[in-house]
Amino acid sequence: MSTRRKSISVLGPGKVPVRVLINGKTYTANLEPCITLLDAMREFWGLTGAKRVCDRATCGACTILVDGKREYACSLLAIDVQQEGITTIESLDTNGEPDPVQQAFIDNDALQCGFCTAGFVMACKGFLAEMPSPTPEEILKGMSGNLCRCGTYAGIQRAVAQAAAAIAQSPKHARGKAQRSRRKS
Amino acid sequence: MSQYDWPSASKRRLVGKDINRVDGLAKASGKAIYTYDVRLPGMLYAKVVRCPHAHAKVKSIDTTTAEKMPGFKTSYVIQKPGTEIFWAGDDIVAVAAVDEHSAEMAARAVDVEYTILPFLVLDANPLPPIPLTAYRKPMDPQVVGDVTAGFSESDVVIEGDYGLPVITHCCLESHGSVVTWTQEALQVHISTQAVSGIGGQLSQALEFPQNKIQVLTKYVGGGYGAKLAADRWGLAAAQLSKQAGGAPVKLMLDRHAEQQVGGCRPSAYAHVKIGAKNDGTLLAWQSESWSTGGLGGGSEPPLPYLFQIPNQRRQHTQIVNNIGSARSMRGPHHPQACLLTMGALDDLAAKLNMDPLKLLLKNVNLLAARAAVYQQEFTVADRLMGWSQRWKPRGTMSTGVVRQGLGVSMHSWPGKAHNFQCNLTINPDGSVSVKAGTQDIGTGTRTVIAIVAAETLGLDPEDINVMIGDSTYPTSAGSGGSGTVGGSGTAVRRAAVDALEQLFDKVAPALGTTADQLTVGQKTVLAKGGKASLTWKQACSKLGTLPLTVSGKNPGPGTLADSGVCGVQMADVSVDTGTGVVRINKIVAVQDCGLIIDHKTTMSQVYGCLVMGIGYALYEEKVMDQNLGQMLNPNMEFYRLCGIGDIGELVVHLMSGTGYDERGIIGCGEPAVISPGAAISNAVANAIGVRVPQLPLTPDKILAALSGVNS
Repeated sequence: MSTRRKSISVLGPGKVPVRVLINGKTYTANLEPCITLLDAMREFWGLTGAKRVCDRATCGACTILVDGKREYACSLLAIDVQQEGITTIESLDTNGEPDPVQQAFIDNDALQCGFCTAGFVMACKGFLAEMPSPTPEEILKGMSGNLCRCGTYAGIQRAVAQAAAAIAQSPKHARGKAQRSRRKS
Repeated sequence: MSQYDWPSASKRRLVGKDINRVDGLAKASGKAIYTYDVRLPGMLYAKVVRCPHAHAKVKSIDTTTAEKMPGFKTSYVIQKPGTEIFWAGDDIVAVAAVDEHSAEMAARAVDVEYTILPFLVLDANPLPPIPLTAYRKPMDPQVVGDVTAGFSESDVVIEGDYGLPVITHCCLESHGSVVTWTQEALQVHISTQAVSGIGGQLSQALEFPQNKIQVLTKYVGGGYGAKLAADRWGLAAAQLSKQAGGAPVKLMLDRHAEQQVGGCRPSAYAHVKIGAKNDGTLLAWQSESWSTGGLGGGSEPPLPYLFQIPNQRRQHTQIVNNIGSARSMRGPHHPQACLLTMGALDDLAAKLNMDPLKLLLKNVNLLAARAAVYQQEFTVADRLMGWSQRWKPRGTMSTGVVRQGLGVSMHSWPGKAHNFQCNLTINPDGSVSVKAGTQDIGTGTRTVIAIVAAETLGLDPEDINVMIGDSTYPTSAGSGGSGTVGGSGTAVRRAAVDALEQLFDKVAPALGTTADQLTVGQKTVLAKGGKASLTWKQACSKLGTLPLTVSGKNPGPGTLADSGVCGVQMADVSVDTGTGVVRINKIVAVQDCGLIIDHKTTMSQVYGCLVMGIGYALYEEKVMDQNLGQMLNPNMEFYRLCGIGDIGELVVHLMSGTGYDERGIIGCGEPAVISPGAAISNAVANAIGVRVPQLPLTPDKILAALSGVNS
């Protein structure tokens, strides 16, 4: 965080021009310096996949990747991430084809109301990038930055394990071949 | 006479199988649009000025400074000067501005003066010296049999205190709406679990014809009982829109407000006395209970829970306090009644030096209903937990600093199918849609509708376009009481059966037979016993140019649903007697729920109940500042939800098959949330040798209970 702030002088009061690179595309707006990345994405750039829930870096519903690392978008200022590359949930499924992490969440019913889901999926993406073959204990620790009220944790534990296995097997294959959405018991 | 009944087990392709929810990708990709995500052209943002006092009278409201703030558009006084306010966080003024930041700044500039009045926010011990007469609403004592004789005939009598505090629903999507109110129409995107019910509330309160109101809720980020009303802030959003010339107004509660006023499960406390024979036969029950739940007072939990003890005296007092209004929450009243009863029975078992499982089984003849099912469920749970091999008396399960313990509980829930109407349309191109003014609050309603329609028509769930979340669709009840799965499942079944019969009438000539000789296969329509068949698409083309639309409803013909389920749970915990921290090792939940439509999402409901149950057993409490009357933890940092590492191993077993399936659908969204509090509390008592009287079982309470033992 400190490296980000070094390059920025005192801004405001009043709106300032902001440019942020999200999913490979540049987004611009004139924003109050106090506007968070989350609010900029949701209210100005139409990226509503990340959710605003606690708004205080507790629940993880706004999880995004900043240069590949997990961050809470509610607790970053938009003006502070103009040098970085942001990845959001909107980048994951290409042409309606689910990412292996998304498919794993669907297969394991690791979602109910779905309001925490985008955050959990992004947290899982970032976690598996850091730790591709986690043990069950490592999954519990590594995914502990997000909260779910419907109580989907058992499904999430299985989903993370399935996603890790799918990506390990063949990233390309796992991406290209979504599993059938219906499975008989 | 049409055959609506569910197909037999061998003929079910989809019903009861593990099927992925049909909106899984929409949610996992962030494409599902919730109310919080709605953005409309020219949309204004609203913020609410809230009363900081637990009890006050509004003296004056001055918006002149706010009106000069940049971006300000309009303001609406929700509660005028002179109005008495009964809880901190209540809505006073709503302000709309061009963006959220401007709305927040303008709201902060509103000047409201109050006359502060005395208040009560005590929950656990509302005893003197507080002048309680103003806050107490004692209810008439309820007496069954002869309680004095019951206790005198008892070999053993125990007395104890039990309780659980107010908790909040903590929906991740806060309450709120995006409202557009022009002269011609009122369109409301709202986070609700009652799509068809909101219009009437708005119409009455806003004096606007209901036939010009449209309520939209495509996705809702949690409800749990808290989102059944339009709410005062919803009406304020409409007024702001009208004042702003019909511009859309978005008003979502911020997290602080959501925790304060968006959810509140009443507390319950009781002093319980139970008398029994040495063999465990229950003879007498006496309870003095109270509960808080805001202005209305907390309602009475059904005590004693499940067991119809022959001699009873119950006296309940509602405590009216200044904490905000109670809202129904998942299995209303039952988790409270369950803890107050199962905790006391567990203490009785300890006094009798008896395995609590044996005590419960000893008294199955006193159960209000379904004794045989409970016995079967206990047998399964015993096997899954290894209870009979592992259980030992209190405080003797293990030695050392970290103590292990086992606890058991049981519960029941009605789960009756609610009123539901839908339209099922088969198009000449073979596509099928179902429309209903219902909602999917995460339980899987879309998926249930798709499965039932697909099963009946010989299609796949993905082939059904399920259109819900719009009040202009056929009317359905709000999602409460676990009634939606039964309502939607039965109504769609009836619609699909009727639609198929009408389709057969059109198709029969092409297959050279009569409609009663037709049946469906996998995406085909075929003549019984013969080889003549058409693909589903070919068959539907016989409809001609017009689609076939058939309505279905519940209640209706056929034995498709029932009510009354029961479940048992066992908890295995470890308690660190040095730090007071409780960890869940394992929970076993055995639950019946009639005919299962989607095994996968039904399991999820039970898992979810267990997780929510661990939360209120160990962590959750709405903590009130006794001096200021405000909630001290209106956030998600100090209002602690259960996390992924807190759940231990969850083992869920659904009772199904013969003896269960024939009953038809019974709702399963709530029952399993009832027992975890009691099962975990009992397991902690078993681990450390002493009852911790009140939930949540936080380290301070554990250590206090232990120090009581040691002293």
